[in-house]
This record gives sequence, C-alpha cells and structure tokens, in this order.
Amino acid sequence: MLEVKALDVVIDAKPILENVDLQVADGEIVAVLGPSGSGKSTLLRAIAGLVEPATGEIEWDGVSIVNVPPHRRNFGLMFQGYALFPHMTVAENVGFGLKMAGNDDTTSQVEEALAAVGLQGFEPRQVDSLSGGEQQRVALARTLAPNPRLVMLDEPLGALDRNLRQQLVTDTRQLLEERDVTALVVTHDREEAVALSNRLALMRGGTIVQTGTLEHLLAEPVDEWVATFIS
Amino acid sequence: MDRRVDRGDGGLTRKIRWGWIAAAAPPALFIGYFFAYPLIRILTLGLSELSIGASGLEARLLRVGWFTLWQATVSTILTFLAAAPLTWAVSSYRFPGRRLAMALATVPFVLPTVVVGTAFVALGWTESIAAILAAHVFFNVAVVVRTVSTLWSRIDPRIHEAARVLGASEWVVFRKVTLPLLRPAIAAAASIVFLFTFTSFGVVLILGGFQYATLEVEIYRQAVTLFDLPLAAALAVVQLVGVTGALYWYSRYQERTAVAWTLERGTNLKHPRGRARLAVLAATLGTLVILAVPVSVLVSRSLSGNYYQALFVDDPVVGTPISSIANSLLFAMVATVLATIIGIMAATVITGRSGQLSRWFDLTLMLPLGTSAVTIGFGFIVALDWPVDIRASIWLVPIAHALVAIPFVVRSTVPTLRSVPPETRQAAAILGASPFRVWREIDLPIVSRAALVGAAFAFVISLGEFGATSFIARPSSTTMPTMIFRLLSRPGEVSFGMAMALSVVLAVVTLGVVLAIDRARFGELGSF
Amino acid sequence: MPAQGLGPLIAPDPRKETMRHLTKILALALVLAACGGDDQAGTPESLTLIAHESFAEAVDEETFAGFTDATGITVKVLASDDAGTLVNQAVLSKDNPLADVLFGVDDTFLSRALDEGIFRAYQSENIDTVDAGLLREDDLVTPIDYGDVCFNYDKAWFEENDVALPDDLDDLAADEFAGLVTVEHPATSSPGLAFLLATIDSYGEDGWRDWWERMRDAGVNVANDWNTAYYSDFTRYGGETPVVMSYASSPPAEVIFAEEPTDVAPTGVIEAGCYRQVEYAGILEGTNYPESAGELIDFLLSAEFQERIPLTWFVFPANQDAELPTEFVEHTTIPTSPTRLSAEYIAENRDRWIDEWIEVMEG
Repeated sequence: MLEVKALDVVIDAKPILENVDLQVADGEIVAVLGPSGSGKSTLLRAIAGLVEPATGEIEWDGVSIVNVPPHRRNFGLMFQGYALFPHMTVAENVGFGLKMAGNDDTTSQVEEALAAVGLQGFEPRQVDSLSGGEQQRVALARTLAPNPRLVMLDEPLGALDRNLRQQLVTDTRQLLEERDVTALVVTHDREEAVALSNRLALMRGGTIVQTGTLEHLLAEPVDEWVATFIS
Repeated sequence: MDRRVDRGDGGLTRKIRWGWIAAAAPPALFIGYFFAYPLIRILTLGLSELSIGASGLEARLLRVGWFTLWQATVSTILTFLAAAPLTWAVSSYRFPGRRLAMALATVPFVLPTVVVGTAFVALGWTESIAAILAAHVFFNVAVVVRTVSTLWSRIDPRIHEAARVLGASEWVVFRKVTLPLLRPAIAAAASIVFLFTFTSFGVVLILGGFQYATLEVEIYRQAVTLFDLPLAAALAVVQLVGVTGALYWYSRYQERTAVAWTLERGTNLKHPRGRARLAVLAATLGTLVILAVPVSVLVSRSLSGNYYQALFVDDPVVGTPISSIANSLLFAMVATVLATIIGIMAATVITGRSGQLSRWFDLTLMLPLGTSAVTIGFGFIVALDWPVDIRASIWLVPIAHALVAIPFVVRSTVPTLRSVPPETRQAAAILGASPFRVWREIDLPIVSRAALVGAAFAFVISLGEFGATSFIARPSSTTMPTMIFRLLSRPGEVSFGMAMALSVVLAVVTLGVVLAIDRARFGELGSF
Repeated sequence: MPAQGLGPLIAPDPRKETMRHLTKILALALVLAACGGDDQAGTPESLTLIAHESFAEAVDEETFAGFTDATGITVKVLASDDAGTLVNQAVLSKDNPLADVLFGVDDTFLSRALDEGIFRAYQSENIDTVDAGLLREDDLVTPIDYGDVCFNYDKAWFEENDVALPDDLDDLAADEFAGLVTVEHPATSSPGLAFLLATIDSYGEDGWRDWWERMRDAGVNVANDWNTAYYSDFTRYGGETPVVMSYASSPPAEVIFAEEPTDVAPTGVIEAGCYRQVEYAGILEGTNYPESAGELIDFLLSAEFQERIPLTWFVFPANQDAELPTEFVEHTTIPTSPTRLSAEYIAENRDRWIDEWIEVMEG
C-alpha cells in the first residue's frame, strides 16, 4: 500500500506540489486527473524517486522510502514519451528490468509479457521501426515485466489517435486487473481516467483537491471547480 | 522533517554523486598529474625570474600574437570550406566507398610535416602564407569530416522531410534546420582545428619560414635557442590565456545550443539518386583528388627506385627501417586505450551535470591541445621526478600522445551523450539499474560508436607523433616518423627514396588502422 | 650441460665434499662482501648517456659492446630532440640529472651549459689523441667529433654549364653565381647559423653585412632548413641551385647511399666559407658514478668507438689515430682552415647577429 503524506516538491524555487495526500491500496488502480500543469507528472516522479521532496513522507506498507534510490524501490514508471532504449531490440527493452534484477534467462518472461500486450513475435524488432501503438505496448510490457509492486503510468494513451486509444484503454485496464497490479495512472482526459481506474484523485495547482469514485465526486463535489471539471 | 530543496535537476543526480566522483577521479588525476602539475611547475619556474622590459619585445609579441590568431582563424574557416563537400556527402548518403573515402581523408593527418613540406615545395608551393594555410587545410580536413559527420548522419531524416513539406527549399532547410542542429559538432571541430593551427609549429617553420613565426615558434626560439626561459614562460602564459578564452566561449556556446533529440541509428542513410549521385561523386572524388596531390608526389618519388625493398634490409646506420612499425603501433595502442577510457569517463562526467564545474573540467581537458609542446615537455622534466622519477620512462611517449588525443574522444562523445533524453536514463534507473549500470547499459553503448571516432583519431595522432614527445627525454625507440626523419637528414638518393617509401608505408598503415576501427563494434548490445 | 663422458675421476669422499662446499661458500661470501654495495669507487650496473636524437637513435647492441665487455657496465641511452633541447633539459634537471654523461653539445650551446655549471671536470686519458685545434682550455667537456659545414656543389651541373668553381666567398657574391646559391636561415637551421658565423669571422664585424647585402642583391636563396635546401633546392635533386650549404661529409654519403654503386662522388666540397662544429661530451654534475662516467668518456674517445663515427653519424672523429673509411678519404676534402669561434663569443653576440642578418636580408 502506498501512502503519500503532506508532500511538498519545490523545483527551481517554484512550488510544484503542495501538501499532497494520497493513498493507493494493494490491487487498486487510482487515476490522478487534472489539467496540464497541475503537477501530475511531478507527483509520479517524486514517488518514483526521481525528484526529491522538500518535505513530506512517502511510505510503502508503513515504511518510509524517501531515502531509497529509484533503482531499489521496485516501482514501475511508464513515461509519457515511452523512453524506449533506442539501441536495444524490443526483447532487450522488455527484459531490461528482469536483467537488472539478476535473471539471466529472460526469454520466457519476455515472451509472456509481449503476449500479454498482443505483440507476440516482436522480440527481434528495433524500436524505431515500430508504430506509435506498438511502442506504447512495448513500453507497457517493459514496465510490467519485472512485476513491480507499484505501476505508474504517465499519460499512457496520450500520444495515440482516438480509435487506437479506445481499443488500448480497454486492453490496458484488462491487463492491469489480470495481473492484480497496484497502479497509479496520470491523465488529463476524464474518460480515460474513468475507464482505467477504480478511483479518481483530482489534482489542481499542485495539490489533491478530492478523491473518490466518479459517482461520489459527481454526487458530492467538494467545490465548484470539481463539479465543473468532473461533469 | 528537514527542508530539502530540490535543485530541479532531479534527485537522481543528487543520489549518484558518488558515481560522479568515481567517474571524474581518473580523468582528473590523469590530467592533474601529467598536465596541470608539470605546467604549473615549469611556468612558476620561468615566471619567477621574469623581468619585463626587453627592447622591441612588446612590438614583436603583438606582431607574433596577431599573426598566430589570424592564421589560425583563417585556417579554420578554410578547412571547413574545403571539408564541406565531403562532409555533406558522407553524412547524407550511403554509397560504396564511403568508409574508404573517410579513411583516406584521414591519411594526411599522420604524415610528418617535414615530408609534406618536401612535397609542397616540389609542387611549387614556395614558402609563403598561402603554403602555410594550404598545409593546415590539408592536415585538418579529416577532423571536420569525421567530427561533423558523426552527428549529421544521425539527424532524423523526418525532420528534414517535415521542413521540405512545409515549403522550404533544400538550401533553406540546411540553413534553418540542419545547421542549427549541427552546431555542437561544428563548434567541436572548429575548436580542435583552431587549437591545432594556433599551436602550429613545423608547418609554420618549414613552409613559412622564420618571418612567419607563431607564438609556438617564438616560445621554442626563446626557450630552446635563446635560453630565455622566463620570456618563453610568459609567452606560454599568453598562449594559454588566449586558448582558455576561446575554449570558455566555445563551451558556453556548446551548452546553449545542444539540443536533446532522439537519435536515429546510422542506417537511415539512403543511396543517392539522380542528380544527387553526381554531386556525391564530385564531392568525394574532388576532395580526395585534391588531398592526394601532395601524397602522389611522395608516392612517385618512392617508386623511382628499389626503395620499398630497401626498407626491409638492415641498413648499417638506421637498422631495418620497417621494424619501426612495431614501436609506432605499440605506442599508438597504448595511447589509444588510455585516451579512449579516460575520454569516455570524462565525457560522462561533463554531460552528467551542467554548471561551472563541468564546464571548467571540459575546458581543462582541452587545454593540452592548445598548450605549447615545449612547455609540456620541459614541464615533464622539471616535475615528474616526484613522487617517483619517471622522467625518462618510455611510457611518457604514449601518455603525451594521450593528452593530445583525449580532447578528440571527448569532443566526439559529448554531443552524442547530450542528445540522449534524460528520461531514457531515468527509465533504466526505475527498472532497477544502479547508476553504474545505467552508464554501462545506456550511455556506453550509445556513446561507443562516437567514441570510436575519437579513438581512431587518438591512434592516428600517436602514429604521427604529435605532442610533446620532442621535448621529453626518452629511451631511444625508433618510431616511423623518427625513422623517416633520420633518413631524410642524410644525403643520398637511397636515403631520400627510403624516406619517401616509409612515408607511404606510414600512410598505408594509417589507412588500414582507421578502416579497422571504423568497422569495429563496441560491446554486444545492438548495432547502434 | 649433461656431464656424461667426464665420469668421476675419483670416488668422492663425503667429508671432503662437505669441506669443499663450505670453503666455496665462504670464499663467495667474502668476495660478495668485498664488492657489494656502493662504495666510493663503486661500479654501477649501468650508466645513462643522454644525447640528441640523431645520436641516440643510431645506437645499437654493438655500439657500446666494447665498453660493456671491458667494464661490465651497460649503457642506457636517452634521446632528446636536438642539441638545444638537450642542453635545456640538462639545465632544468640540474638538481636531479637525467643521466650520467651528456653527449652532443656544440659550441653554439656550450656557453649556456657551462654558465649553469652542469658539467663536472674530467680529463680523458685519451685526450692526447685529439687535434689541438679542437681542444678547449678547461676540462669541463671533451671533444668527441667534429663536422664541417661547407658549400657543396653539383659536379654535373658545373661540367654541363662550364663554370669555374668559386675560390672564395667574394667569388660567390659575383654576378656569375647570382641565384645559384642556397643557404639556410640562421635562426632555424644549425648549418645556417654555422655559415653565418663563418662569414662574420671572414669579413669581421664591419664587413659581413656588406657581403650579405651583395648576396641578397644577387638573389641568394634562403631555405628554412637543411632538408629543403638539400632535397628541394639543390640541382642534384631537381632544384635550381647547384651550390648549397651542407656538410663536408655529404659527398661521401652520396657515394655510400647512391642508387647505383659508383666510384666518383657526384658532389664536391668548396673550401671557402667552411665552419667547424665540434661536439662535446661531459660528465653531468650530480652523477653517482663519476669514475665510471669518466671511463665512458674515455671509451667515446677510444679508437674503437671513434672509427664507427663517420659511417654512423657522418661527422669526423676527434681522435686523430682513428682510421677514416675509404669513402671519407676519397670523396671529400677536409678543409684546412675552417672557421671556429669560441663558445663564449658566440653566446654573447648570436641573437644580435641573427637579428641584424634578418634586417639585412629583408631590407
């Protein structure tokens, strides 16, 4: 279970996150929804350990992980631009996390991960020869393959066209639930947020305004902005 | 809870500070002990006895300094102009003989100045400024071609296509899109050519004569001939200040203009079609033919007798000339390995953090290229008997070569490293890669291709005996340039012919090595 | 080596064997105790000789074999670039010398070396073999060889064009030889400087500039270095000038390194305007083994070593007893009265002379 408590993040003397509180229970998928510039990506990066908080706590199962370096947190983060390794094949990309964990033979696990995203047989392909949708799925497979205890997805479908997005939203949700993953998804798109998650966390101006299911937010918005934004 | 303020470069950098120190230590120690320390010792020794006020000195200094500056600037510009066609051709297209053309262009770099001098004089380039400039261009074309093409050939062709579709002509695309993206590589190549020509010695003396003294020639004259070490030290300081200024400006410019964009693999180059074929052919052949003219003088002279066979015969005076290859290759291998390892570490450090520290680190690494060889060599004599006396060690030769070669490795790898988006490294870290493994799995393979360009230069520099080796005392270990020089310093048709023949052998060996390095791959990961 | 065929001559007595072994060990121990360590007259395992590149690079296993055989000391050779660099390095490392013996300093740089006190006086046991004309007053350095910088001429050209050889420097400045002479620049070339000194000696402080003015007006060609002068400007190699400043040892070299074996040298020496450059060796102050270093200097002056000098380094041996190779005897003229200026005189005036020469030639 992930707990973020009173998190403040300041970058270049500008406060990006202010007093953020968030919980994600095991197996839960939470979507952080908000307009551009609300600090969503920074939140993910802070949780991943790429950005140091000014004050506040990040705990996993009650233990503080703020001083744990990113490569030891056992979290997964799928970047907005996918950040695939250009000099490696699809198989090498997907198997990277497994290799870092010490697995010598990643073939079967890579095969399984690729199959799960519907890219069987893509192992030897070079990443720059893939279409946008294929790259997204490779990035997803890469994030999921090492079975991290928390998966974070930053605008996972943002770069794709509408039709592709419809299809992939369903696939992604299915995949996450099949694997019983604890996940945090960041998006600015309300439909996507609702389709992918169990619970929403609305973010604005660097802070979480309200969390809850869509029904709850519609029924009891905490302020006018929420009411407008969520409808 | 304590207040920690994030500096905006991401906590990743904070946490890999130890890694940064580990990567910075070897280059810092190497440059510190083999460059900075001897330099400081010799300069303080010289300057401590300085008394300014020698007559006519300021006037001569001004004249010499000005000449050094403008001939270096003009040489650099001319070199770019001369190298432009070939650079364009090898960066834009793939064609049979592409690698060979690039390797051939590198050959002039290695030829001893004294040999090139005889060729130029034979061609009627009498001693003049034109001869100096022409020789500088001849030697340095390869630097521009290789350094710039490394980056140019990697530009995503879709950027080019996008610009065309938006209505820009080829020329406009080049000016407004390609050129700005190339700026880091252009600046890198320009800085190296400038430094080389700024500290030019042999070319100026042999082809220009004493009336065209550069700072380097003047330093030599003061230190070695006139024994005025204080004045020589003062001149060396002037030279260093000038070079440092140029490098500082260059490094700020570099940082501002380097843009992170996704790299494409080198195989996006297509074969030329239609009119482009003619252009590529003209550019390539034209450049090579011009470069070949002086070399052909050498070749024809070497063929006018049985000189190649004579190289294998044990001459009573010089021994077996051909055996000097062994020494040359050995030194070159050591120098290359040294320069490549240290250069890659240094490049990692320089790109890992932005800011003053990195900038000065980068600058210091470039300084040996712009420092008077006399100063470095004599610095070795004065300084390197502490803590252990290594002043007469044979390994100072490849070390001196490595000092000159490291800037090449750094300059060819930094632009590539800077083009890697930070997310790529961050993704690796989140997937479980420790800072060292991020470097090994991400930086190293991506940079290795570029590093090989630098490594090839290191090898060629060592083969051609650049650097401070003339002014250090070393156990006699005849290399090819030394052997060529010895043959040329005695009268006789056979001596001259053998010198020419051995020069051609040197050129061929260089060609072979450069081709081999160009084909090499670094590590098993991918073919980037 | 297997000892078969020798067979035991007598059956060994065990007790006598042990005694014999013990005695041997004791004797060995005594000998070792006597020679071990560095005592006053200590002999080192090796000596270091530092010289300019053209000397050092020509050294092979045989060069110092005679010395090693006689003394048991091996000779390590360090190379510097040229004479000027050599002296500078020696001066810079005065407190902790790089070598025991320095070889290759000549008159143009000697003064500096002596001023800095880098040498230790030594009178070689072979000093009497040296021509009086080469000796100095002090014993700080020992002459080892000399080379004469002289005009060379292309015999073929002179025959074809039926021109008489010049007798003296004045002839060279005459119209006949306008544009036919190449000299080297005194600031960048050792023979260039040598010839300038010869003209200063011939015409004196008041006359040398006039002579050079005449030469300038007659179109004398000034090359930057010997290579350009000899291999590019000399008519023998396709250049325009049949008279070029080179060395008295160049004609013999032309014979030895000719493509086709020949008995007649294609070039000759003009005696007018020759300058004698003497090369010296000296023991570096600060050496740990002054006595052995002295022995090395003796070896450098020995007939055995001196006889190698001509064909290896193309200069002449200082030791008059050393036999010259036939090529040197037949194909060159050793000038009878070449110029020699003292090291001190040169040191005092050289910069001024070079500057004035440049003024004359550019004016």
